[in-house]
Amino acid sequence: MTSELDIFVGNTTLIDEDVYRLWLDGYSVTDAVALRVRSGILEQTGATAAVLQSDTMDHYRTFHMLERLLHAPPKLLHQLIFQIPPSRQALLIERYYAFDEAFVREVLGKKLSKGTKKDLDDISTKTGITLKSCRRQMESCSVAQAGVQWRDLSSLQPPPPGFRDYAAIVFFANNRFETGKKKLQYLSFGDFAFCAELMIQNWTLGAVDSQMDDMDMDLDKEFLQDLKELKVLVADKDLLDLHKSLVCTALRGKLGVFSEMEANFKNLSRGLVNVAAKLTHNKDVRDLFVDLVEKFVEPCRSDHWPLSDVRFFLNQYSASVHSLDGFRHQALWDRYMGTLRGCLLRLYHD
Amino acid sequence: MPGKLKVKIVAGRHLPVMDRASDLTDAFVEVKFGNTTFKTDVYLKSLNPQWNSEWFKFEVDDEDLQDEPLQITVLDHDTYSANDAIGKVYIDIDPLLYSEAATVISGWFPIYDTIHGIRGEINVVVKVDLFNDLNRFRQSSCGVKFFCTTSIPKCYRAVIIHGFVEELVVNEDPEYQWIDRIRTPRASNEARQRLISLMSGELQRKIGLKVLEMRGNAVVGYLQCFDLEGESGLVVRAIGTACTLDKLSSPAAFLPACNSPSKEMKEIPFNEDPNPNTHSSGPSTPLKNQTYSFSPSKSYSRQSSSSDTDLSLTPKTGMGSGSAGKEGGPFKALLRQQTQSALEQREFPFFTLTAFPPGFLVHVGGVVSARSVKLLDRIHNPDEPETRDAWWAEIRQEIKSHAKALGCHAVVGYSESTSICEEVCILSASGTAAVLNPRFLQDGTVEGCLEQRLEENLPTRCGFCHIPYDELNMPFPAHLTYCYNCRKQKVPDVLFTTIDLPTDATVIGKGCLIQARLCRLKKKAQAEANATAISNLLPFMEYEVHTQLMNKLKLKGMNALFGLRIQITVGENMLMGLASATGVYLAALPTPGGIQIAGKTPNDGSYEQHISHMQKKINDTIAKNKELYEINPPEISEEIIGSPIPEPRQRSRLLRSQSESSDEVTELDLSHGKKDAFVLEIDDTDAMEDVHSLLTDVPPPSGFYSCNTEIMPGINNWTSEIQMFTSVRVIRLSSLNLTNQALNKNFNDLCENLLKSLYFKLRSMIPCCLCHVNFTVSLPEDELIQVTVTAVAITFDKNQALQTTKTPVEKSLQRASTDNEELLQFPLELCSDSLPSHPFPPAKATSVDYSSFADRCSSWIELIKLKAQTIRRGSIKTTMTVEKASPVGDGNFRNRSAPPCANSTVGVVKMTPLSFIPGAKITKYLGIINMFFIRETTSLREEGGVSGFLHAFIAEVFAMVRAHVAALGGNAVVSYIMKQCVFMENPNKNQAQCLINVSGDAVVFVRESDLEVVSSQQPTTNCQSSCTEGEVTT
Repeated sequence: MTSELDIFVGNTTLIDEDVYRLWLDGYSVTDAVALRVRSGILEQTGATAAVLQSDTMDHYRTFHMLERLLHAPPKLLHQLIFQIPPSRQALLIERYYAFDEAFVREVLGKKLSKGTKKDLDDISTKTGITLKSCRRQMESCSVAQAGVQWRDLSSLQPPPPGFRDYAAIVFFANNRFETGKKKLQYLSFGDFAFCAELMIQNWTLGAVDSQMDDMDMDLDKEFLQDLKELKVLVADKDLLDLHKSLVCTALRGKLGVFSEMEANFKNLSRGLVNVAAKLTHNKDVRDLFVDLVEKFVEPCRSDHWPLSDVRFFLNQYSASVHSLDGFRHQALWDRYMGTLRGCLLRLYHD
Repeated sequence: MPGKLKVKIVAGRHLPVMDRASDLTDAFVEVKFGNTTFKTDVYLKSLNPQWNSEWFKFEVDDEDLQDEPLQITVLDHDTYSANDAIGKVYIDIDPLLYSEAATVISGWFPIYDTIHGIRGEINVVVKVDLFNDLNRFRQSSCGVKFFCTTSIPKCYRAVIIHGFVEELVVNEDPEYQWIDRIRTPRASNEARQRLISLMSGELQRKIGLKVLEMRGNAVVGYLQCFDLEGESGLVVRAIGTACTLDKLSSPAAFLPACNSPSKEMKEIPFNEDPNPNTHSSGPSTPLKNQTYSFSPSKSYSRQSSSSDTDLSLTPKTGMGSGSAGKEGGPFKALLRQQTQSALEQREFPFFTLTAFPPGFLVHVGGVVSARSVKLLDRIHNPDEPETRDAWWAEIRQEIKSHAKALGCHAVVGYSESTSICEEVCILSASGTAAVLNPRFLQDGTVEGCLEQRLEENLPTRCGFCHIPYDELNMPFPAHLTYCYNCRKQKVPDVLFTTIDLPTDATVIGKGCLIQARLCRLKKKAQAEANATAISNLLPFMEYEVHTQLMNKLKLKGMNALFGLRIQITVGENMLMGLASATGVYLAALPTPGGIQIAGKTPNDGSYEQHISHMQKKINDTIAKNKELYEINPPEISEEIIGSPIPEPRQRSRLLRSQSESSDEVTELDLSHGKKDAFVLEIDDTDAMEDVHSLLTDVPPPSGFYSCNTEIMPGINNWTSEIQMFTSVRVIRLSSLNLTNQALNKNFNDLCENLLKSLYFKLRSMIPCCLCHVNFTVSLPEDELIQVTVTAVAITFDKNQALQTTKTPVEKSLQRASTDNEELLQFPLELCSDSLPSHPFPPAKATSVDYSSFADRCSSWIELIKLKAQTIRRGSIKTTMTVEKASPVGDGNFRNRSAPPCANSTVGVVKMTPLSFIPGAKITKYLGIINMFFIRETTSLREEGGVSGFLHAFIAEVFAMVRAHVAALGGNAVVSYIMKQCVFMENPNKNQAQCLINVSGDAVVFVRESDLEVVSSQQPTTNCQSSCTEGEVTT
């Protein structure tokens, strides 16, 4: 006796969250059944393995049919074939567009066109995420990038919580930030997402002009051009000395690593200002994080600055500029340094 | 020219890409009705076209309005080649033809293509202007309402129930016409869909005409089926019950509403009649006068004294005069005569209803069934479908005579079905023999009906169980006892029916789904030889199915089956039998005895041991089941039951027959002969297997119940969550081990596994009950078995269940006490019995009394009858009961509506095979939904194999049903049924085809919690002057 056909269709489409998870994670039906058995569901419900197999197949088939709709979430809301309560629809979309940080960390800053099979293969072996799941996540990233447009259409719904993270992914992809270098490996996706959010809030066109789409993914070109003006802070020897003395006076006795700071001040300041000045070139924008780590994080770390000292220093460093009489670009400095300070603090860890 | 149909095409969305180059579509729409076609403009380069067309107007006969569907075709414009069809929408405009139903059809419809499935949606608005009073036109029957629901629809009241209407139309199947060889599969499928749509329109119109002739205005329990006879043609047939229905004007007026249909019904007359006790208003019509003279109040004094005590001594007269059932007093005879005369005007006194207005069902008989094996031949003249008509007439005649032999004049819960394999066709009909109250069957004014019903007073809860036939002249051997409820009338020990459990019946514990499953191998044969082989097998199949049912019923510790449906399916090399029913423990019937196993070789010690081991297992199972289903009837001592009734005359006649093409009616004696107890003899391995298979049925996991009737006996506190589903399984048998046993085991496993899967899938709804579980078996190919299940899972409140299950028992005890005050002092004892500790030891009587089950386990008909209870109780008493009952109803209502309904979302269309929606009130019926779809694929693998293909198709069918209901302005389909799901595959060619036919009633429902708001406001308006009250109702 072999089963030829075995289906279950409900008027309201049944969604089993656990099976959905397994499906999203790219497990085959056989693996999913094995995992479900291991979860002890048979004992809880008194079902047999055959029942579980049939149930899993059924859910997989439903998800497979839903996938077409999930690629364009507004379609899922208006389609008539599957009757799914709104809360469930939201869950479906949210989960479908959720991603593994490990995966995203790998593709962060890379082009989001569908990765070649080999790329995905590499990522899959490296992260232990199934190839299927990698492919789905890659696709959802490109869906998110290609659109954001469906967000407007689905405005009936609040954006899924994971959407902020997509902003980061798309922002990184658009600006092609380098994140794969060895010295950046210690940074997590969370670190980058944090930085991305700060930058989106302060450094993009949308940040200054509320008319623009608040999801604007491009840096404010004018702002980047202007940043060249900051160079005076390190180019003008007097200004640099004055800045140093202001910071040193304020921090004397408060910093555990005062002497190291004093010795390194000019190097650090030069580093931070030069990063700003370089941002006019696209190529250098890509290296932003490499530069920040090289020019600031690593020197501080080699001198064993505690995080609190870094915070003190950066606060004082940015504030003292206001007391420099000869410096006219206070607003520009604040826009730049305010964001950078947040980023650096986040990036500063082992 | 009495009608103008107006159609407007608004917009489309999610259209498929038809032009690969631009990834867009240039869509336009053709609107066709009859032979007239209109076109919209082409909307260039869009997947979401906005046509916003003018109103297309069709001026048509109302006959056409009824027959023809509106056909909307969406096409892609192509300048250089032929336009490509994207898909079609068929809209049945019938709901627009009756005044109370929908006024406009407007909404998004899925665009359906038989090859590609749903491809986008189209927004359409349809209206109909009717010019004349349509009832004057005899060719059309506009205005006759159709309901699939097999009870009187919720917001209507039955004035008269006229009776059986049937019709069939035949045609050539386009799939088998010569032209099919040259046209595309799509064209062929569409021709078929269109033809069937036309034929069902025509059928409905013809049935409507018959209803008008009977002076009715509605068809209830309308069941339409297709017989795909292949080469020999296509038959569309329908049966139904003609009624005159009255719309209840203000639904808020009879709040509080109940979930159960008949409870509502009960309250209606009392609320509508301002003065229930006035008998002074003299009867105005002769008919009324006639019935009035039989009114219980008049015969009360005469009857009450004699019938209680002298029942068994009541002289039996008129034996052998043809009409059976002569017992009862003069009233009985009069009632009988009257019923008879009312019913004998009709050719077939059949009713497709399964639930009835209170008082309608006076005497319920047992199951009557008839089957006939026919050889199909080409239908030569489609306009004169005489052969098919004759076949059915023959079967109905048989059913009628069976019912008559049982002392019943009517058949209720009647249904017909066919099973076709190649050129052999099994026609089956079954129903429940019954005696009905004539008052609903006659013409009379509304007031007359109401008045009579009040006088007559409500039948007792046990009434319908009492035997309708004469105990000294029983049509089959049965063991009778005095009714355990009223102690006055006699009841059989087991009762089988095809109807739903009457809502006022007293049930102990809960019910459960009971299935008998059976396969029999058959040699492949041709034509006549094949038909003979099948008719030879049928009696054995029926016998075994019945034995299995009886055994399983006893194993559950229950004594009655409701909703019995036996399906015999014929295949190339086997016959399958599947019987489903809901077992219950009726308080009025005696406690079922156990099952005893007897070995044939008593000398073998180890064998003996084995037998006793089995016996123990069976006893344990019975005990376990009793606990599981909460069956703990109050014990009754021997003296109360009274002296055992004298053994009935030995006369076993099987009222069931298989007639071959030769019309020969076989009468079989299937009784086991005289035996002392219900004994299973284990004389060979086969029998052993049988016993084993009895024990393999696993009860549903805790928190689950299942039944195949409308509502689960013993549960009445439904919460609002429902989930309707369809599940299909096909298994392939390995041809090597095809023995009857292996086959049986496979089939049994298939059904059991299917049920287990359902329980697992729906585990999140616990506690819940699967209601209206409907299994359909088909044998699409040699070694394939297909089982289709449609059911609805309904959640219920477990805590309340405990309280409410008690109430019916208590109520019944109260009832019993009021009924029997004069008789004996036992009511007190009974009351004490409701306490957990039983003062009485298990009565010896049970083992003695049920000693002859075997005599009747084979007999097909189990009978019940309501004695003239009405006579014994005055109308005053009834009024009291009603008053007493209403506060309880109030309380229940409040409790039930307490849980908030979480899922009141927009655009959701509920579907259910039941006639009601738990926690909600149906406020309007919008019309019948009857849809037929074909889906075909030539890329089976790409669509996910057979499972993927069928899964998608069924989901699409649901979607199309929901869309049509939503367009009518409804939010639910009740009495939904998937009548056909024919699936054929050819994996080698990568092809598959499936036909699905579904129907149901589109309705508007309002949540009870919403209604409560209305009703709480209602009293304030009612308190004001009567003139404002009038305004409220209008």
